[in-house]
Amino acid sequence: MDDEKVLLQNIKWCKGCGICVGFCPAKVLKIKNGKCFVAYKDKCIFCGQCELRCPDNAIYIGGKK
Amino acid sequence: MNCSEITKKYYRVNRLPHIWCPGCGHGTLTNTVVRAIDRLGLNKDEVVIVSGIGCSSRAPGYLDFNTLHTTHGRALAFATGIKLANPKLHVIVIMGDGDSSAIGGNHLIHAARRNIDITTIVFNNNIYGMTGGQFSPTTPYGDLATTAAYGNIDKPFDLCSLAQGAGATYVGRATAYHAVLMQRLIEKGIQNKGFSFIEGLSLCPTYYGRKNKKGNAFKMHTFLKENCIDKKIVDKDPEKGKNKIIIGEFYNNPQPEYIESYQVITDMFQGRGEKNGEV
Amino acid sequence: MNDKGYKLVQGNEACVEGALAAGMRFFAGYPITPSTEIAELSSQRLPKLGGKFIQMEDELASMAAIIGASLAGMKSMTATSGPGFSLMQENIGYAAIAEIPCVIVNVQRGGPSTGQPTSPAQGDVMQARWGTHGDHPAIALTPNSVQETFEYTVKAFNLAEKYRTPVILLMDEIVGHMREKMTYKNISDLEVINRKKPSCKPEEYVAYRPDEDMIPPMASFGEGYRYHVTGLTHDETGFPTNSNEISERLIKRIVDKVEKNIDDFSYFEEYKMEDAEMAIIAYGGVSRSAKSAVDQLRKQNIKAGMFRPITIWPFLEKQVHKVSFQVKEIYVAEMNLGQYSLEVERAACKNCKVSKINKVNGELITPEEIIEALGGRYEL
Repeated sequence: MDDEKVLLQNIKWCKGCGICVGFCPAKVLKIKNGKCFVAYKDKCIFCGQCELRCPDNAIYIGGKK
Repeated sequence: MNCSEITKKYYRVNRLPHIWCPGCGHGTLTNTVVRAIDRLGLNKDEVVIVSGIGCSSRAPGYLDFNTLHTTHGRALAFATGIKLANPKLHVIVIMGDGDSSAIGGNHLIHAARRNIDITTIVFNNNIYGMTGGQFSPTTPYGDLATTAAYGNIDKPFDLCSLAQGAGATYVGRATAYHAVLMQRLIEKGIQNKGFSFIEGLSLCPTYYGRKNKKGNAFKMHTFLKENCIDKKIVDKDPEKGKNKIIIGEFYNNPQPEYIESYQVITDMFQGRGEKNGEV
Repeated sequence: MNDKGYKLVQGNEACVEGALAAGMRFFAGYPITPSTEIAELSSQRLPKLGGKFIQMEDELASMAAIIGASLAGMKSMTATSGPGFSLMQENIGYAAIAEIPCVIVNVQRGGPSTGQPTSPAQGDVMQARWGTHGDHPAIALTPNSVQETFEYTVKAFNLAEKYRTPVILLMDEIVGHMREKMTYKNISDLEVINRKKPSCKPEEYVAYRPDEDMIPPMASFGEGYRYHVTGLTHDETGFPTNSNEISERLIKRIVDKVEKNIDDFSYFEEYKMEDAEMAIIAYGGVSRSAKSAVDQLRKQNIKAGMFRPITIWPFLEKQVHKVSFQVKEIYVAEMNLGQYSLEVERAACKNCKVSKINKVNGELITPEEIIEALGGRYEL
């Protein structure tokens, strides 16, 4: 099932608050140059914590199409 | 646009990114409103979002509904006019803590008293953010603000108790951290035929957080995570509620709704052929 | 109503009947002397017509509620007096910048503050023009009889709808509480104007893009045109802007749409002005005394006339300017310490002398007082 999901970003909307980085249980995310950066894409478990907590709608789980 | 389907569907994406500071809880809370509306499957044309003035009140501008950004504190009074004029509309009011309980406190208690079918959501960040960090009616006692340089000596409102005491028929509280609970409370609030009041504890890392050394946005979220407890747990074991912020559904007691009561009066005159000019 | 088609009614009642004839279906208000009868009668009449009445918690809320109702498509009105009118100023400004049609009735009483609640005054003339902060348009109409209150309440709604702006019906306690006959006969002949609606598809709707007449078509909330309304300066889409240029264009447009169309609603009465050598300018309740004073002066072969503005804002510049060329002296009689007279002095450009007859004791200026004020200069 996870094969159909993908972690996506709209980096233009990201303000680098770090909430997603802090709450990511798989430690996938980092802050780089003041923005969220997907450092370990393969480790993502698609739990959606980042999407739920991001105040800026800048990170989300999408479907692979 | 590079964003989730739900964002695309309900946001005016060309208006994003929003003006809120990095880590502001208002963005997360706005998403809970959107997800609640999505879950209920409301027709976008029949949803009206009304706000007052302040950080919270910028939310409607980003949302693709009928949106009204009014004057400071008056959102509920505008909303009352809209709902009464067209009861088919789902009227949702987003206000801040100062907006709803200082300058707009009178409108809040009277809208609650009437039990008019409006869902009120307060983004409570304990501070006046838009004007740069003055204390609000929900700033905790002793905390610092730009107008409380030596500690706040005003006692804070418990907004949910205030709304319930005034007559709201659905009352609940969640936080920007407890986003799923927040969404569920909003859903039930919209479904309640009457005045619903949902307080969403937000966070202001820029003013309240910095002034009171609360740490960054993640730390402030963690504080909410660790210091809130659901009413259901406290009901069973009151000890667990000591020094905690109580969240959850507080009150759900449907009562006759204002416009329905008005309709009963209007119906008395149905078919009597009253025309202009007849006295 | 009797079989001749008229009825004895109070000015405040006539206001409600006019509002209903114009299509008012929403009233929000707060009790205040001497306007309360307008709320009372509205509360009785509206449910019978499928309309809505609500007594709000204060005048701030009343003004807000009528704006909300208007946005949802209902013609709406509130009524108040001095202290309540002060509270309404905040959202009158909102209605002006967001271009929401609505009617505000102010039955003037003695001020400032609580002042003289049951006594007439005309001290809110300048407040009706400049009460809310910032540059804004203002339309205010001042009837002087029960019949006129009925007719000009209809006109107030028409102007609000046509120009998408708040319109003030500036009454005074004299007119509000007097009882006179009012004819209902031609109620169906009254011109009733409704706001211009968009004819485009919702996705093509640009909420604040004006037509050539400077007025943007207005959709109601719930009709499928999802748009944003704000009290911030905004661009044609309705969203806030920080552009200085766009902000200035907006403010100029909302003022111009009213002021450049003044000929469309320049209502006034000239009484025995044809050969007048002196003019009394009076409005509202005082104009009734002024008319009597003119008649008495004429009997003494003094060529007096009266100019009575009904459109009190925008100021009838052209007409007053013309009077100033015709007469030797203008007397402005008003129940305040000189408000409208300031505008008259300005428009008269020293073409003639402008004198003031003022009274703020809570009583109407009498014909005798007007004649007496003139007596110093004219041998009676």
